[in-house]
Amino acid sequence: MARAITNNRKIINTTAAWLIGLLIFFPILWTILTSFKTEAQAIASPPLFVGFDWTLENYQVVLERSNYARFLWNSIFIAGGSTLLGILIAVPAAWSMAFVPSKKTKDILLWMLSTKMLPAVGVLYPIYLLFIKMGLLDSILGLTIVLMLINLPIIVWMLYTYFKEIPVDILEAARMDGASLRSEILYVLTPMALPGIASTMLLNFILAWNEAFWTLNLTAAKAAPLTAFIASYSSPEGLFYAKLSAASTMAIAPILVLGWFSQKQLVRGLTFGAVK
Amino acid sequence: MATQHSRSAARMMMAPAVILLLGWMLVPLTMTLWFSFRKYLPLRGGDMGWVGFDNYVSFFNSSSFWPSIQTTLLIVGGVLIITVVFGVLLALLLDQPMWGQGIVRILVIAPFFVMPTVSALVWKNIFMDPVNGLFAHLWKFFGATPVVWMSQASMESIILIVSWQWLPFATLILLTATQSLDSEQLEASEIDGARPLQRFFYIILPHLGRALTIVILIQTIFLLAIFAEIFVTTGGAFGTKTLSYLVFQRVLESQNIGLGSAGGIYAVILANIVAIFLMRIVGKNLDT
Amino acid sequence: MGSITLKKVTKSFDKTEVIRPLDLQIDDGEFVVFVGPSGCGKSTLLRLIAGLEDITSGSIEINGTDATSVPPAKRGLAMVFQSYALYPHMSVRKNIAFPLKMAGLDKKEREKKVTDAAAVLNLTDYLDRRPGQLSGGQRQRVAIGRAIVREPDAFLFDEPLSNLDAALRGNMRLEIAELHQTLATTMIYVTHDQVEAMTMADKIVVLQAGVIEQVGSPMDLYREPANVFVAGFIGSPAMNLIEGPEAKSRGAKTIGVRPEHFDLSMDGGEWRGVVGVSEHLGSDTFLRVEVEGIGTLTARADGEFPARHGDTVGLTPDPERIHRFDEAGLRISS
Repeated sequence: MARAITNNRKIINTTAAWLIGLLIFFPILWTILTSFKTEAQAIASPPLFVGFDWTLENYQVVLERSNYARFLWNSIFIAGGSTLLGILIAVPAAWSMAFVPSKKTKDILLWMLSTKMLPAVGVLYPIYLLFIKMGLLDSILGLTIVLMLINLPIIVWMLYTYFKEIPVDILEAARMDGASLRSEILYVLTPMALPGIASTMLLNFILAWNEAFWTLNLTAAKAAPLTAFIASYSSPEGLFYAKLSAASTMAIAPILVLGWFSQKQLVRGLTFGAVK
Repeated sequence: MATQHSRSAARMMMAPAVILLLGWMLVPLTMTLWFSFRKYLPLRGGDMGWVGFDNYVSFFNSSSFWPSIQTTLLIVGGVLIITVVFGVLLALLLDQPMWGQGIVRILVIAPFFVMPTVSALVWKNIFMDPVNGLFAHLWKFFGATPVVWMSQASMESIILIVSWQWLPFATLILLTATQSLDSEQLEASEIDGARPLQRFFYIILPHLGRALTIVILIQTIFLLAIFAEIFVTTGGAFGTKTLSYLVFQRVLESQNIGLGSAGGIYAVILANIVAIFLMRIVGKNLDT
Repeated sequence: MGSITLKKVTKSFDKTEVIRPLDLQIDDGEFVVFVGPSGCGKSTLLRLIAGLEDITSGSIEINGTDATSVPPAKRGLAMVFQSYALYPHMSVRKNIAFPLKMAGLDKKEREKKVTDAAAVLNLTDYLDRRPGQLSGGQRQRVAIGRAIVREPDAFLFDEPLSNLDAALRGNMRLEIAELHQTLATTMIYVTHDQVEAMTMADKIVVLQAGVIEQVGSPMDLYREPANVFVAGFIGSPAMNLIEGPEAKSRGAKTIGVRPEHFDLSMDGGEWRGVVGVSEHLGSDTFLRVEVEGIGTLTARADGEFPARHGDTVGLTPDPERIHRFDEAGLRISS
């Protein structure tokens, strides 16, 4: 609101917002703090906020003992692979919908989105069975494909909204300039839509990274990503607060950073363009 | 812009996405539908043939069905009320002029990016553990007896955890919608003598109408399917078994595929009812 | 080479026919202007020739060979869009070189042609800028540059000047006309502005509601409009069209007199009326005159003419230049 307000009100606003903001953020902050404590300090009573011996020991232990690197790589491969694969399939589809619309375009788009609404448990066993039959259970490839499929509607949708903003004239100009369809998409559309494509990829990477139904149900030891690695801490014998915190911090830190960059795209992608 | 060339090219280029999604939807769903009409226990005799609607009837009549529906509705309803009410308030607060707005925004949004298994575990152990959890310390500090959250207040715990994860989503979308409200409209209403509460009910809330509907519908769809939060915390015990979780248990834990599949179909129907409303809104938006 | 022949071409969107069966011959080296009010189908016709839209029936020949189903990239035509449609992510140099790159020319050749084109179009100093950093006129030149490097058989212009301000428009009009003199390539130019049509064209095609109303040189159209529509559309200010007893007495449904074909006088005159508005430009004087039984007429006098609001003046139409039209609106030749 572009009007003058008193400094007093601004101070009240600021205080209230910061208090609530910190309260909401506190669990994350506390987890990060705990990850630097010793196990004894982590459960000390009363709890220690800053006056503890900062240590990196938990990180070392988690890294050495639990094959953390493999889970991390699995997460990166699965989230990254499903994103790339999804983009490759979605760019041509979104091109078609945005630039050669027909009467069916709208229905197809809505239908695609509606597949996203299908509850996963409804198809859990068939997918499980198919995965066993095809030898995809507990494989990175299988999980990559599934995560690509569940996020494909969002990728197509987001790209569609970004492509819609590009004037058709420019693509027609390319056609008149002698560009083949491939050149048109490669040299003209893609560079122009690059910011949109990048944010689509970012959001999709985040969604895939945090996905916790298929990653838990379709993996065992080999292809398990970080979601499953963290879930393994829920068994009581493995429970150490400081180490759990260190592992958690490592699992969420990259995504927190990426997520903060993609706030705006998040709204666009998750509301299917209905809120701008 | 539409020539035969570009139209046929368009069809070709749309084909992979359409075929993949069609396959992804139809193949497993048809299989689930097929299994739901059969007595199928892979570990105890395998596929024992056609049983008609028996699975649907026994899933419906089982002692777990109604509690699971109740649990589902409680979680969905509870989380919706909390996230929507606090989301609106937070969005209005964050829209006010203040220092460090960008940072506060980041703090508020952060929980949405935490993977579900992490947030469930951190809450369960570091906060809600009856001995070493932060809440236990807090209770003891005020001289109260610590709550054994996961068993005594299991539903409240799960609603709290899930609300914490989804509050940022509601806030972010409602904030985006709030920011698109023309400030002149508010100023005009102020000149017309509307008081803050009146401004909220007559101007701000109607403006947020569509964003609120979207938030409610999208959250409902995701909340109907929450899994990891229950899997990691209570494992479905202490009355926290949702419909989705019940189906999961029937299918993967007790390996009663027929029964689980019938339950899966119920879940699909439930989600579709919500999805139809959501699609209608999104579809309307497509025209403009 | 750059001759284009349209044979019985039609175009429908869904069920609405935007181009009715239409024949048109465009000869090599001609400057042809499609002109008409908005929605008349002139841009659609250009896009049909470009290949950006399919024709519904009929055929299009380019240089004597059937090009009806040839994709736009292979028709050997270049197009300048109303929005210029420059590639925003490429420098001016790359924009102009793009068609050459698509044609598979090597880097050296591309560089040479771009440099030449830039020199012709005064763009040499701007080659490394992005389109976003250029003025409207410069963007227009880049769009033209991108078209000429291809050495196409014909240029298609879709209302290229409509986004420029009035002063620039005049300049660009001259530049495009000069370009046509130099290159002597076929040009097809779409506009709704009849001044552009009159000043630039070898041949004007007047379109209305998907139908060609008349084809001819600017002066043909001015002197002998084929029907009431063309008569009213070509010429500025527009021709006075008069119906009623005055027309009947001359054996027509409608008669038309151009404002410049009146003899104006303070006294006497064939028709007398009261001046409503008078515009004195020095070089010309325009009067809106209310004549009883005929209606409001616009008249133009050379130089200064002393009439003011409320004066009564006499208008005498040049009898040689009264256009007569029949019931169907068609010209009655005298």
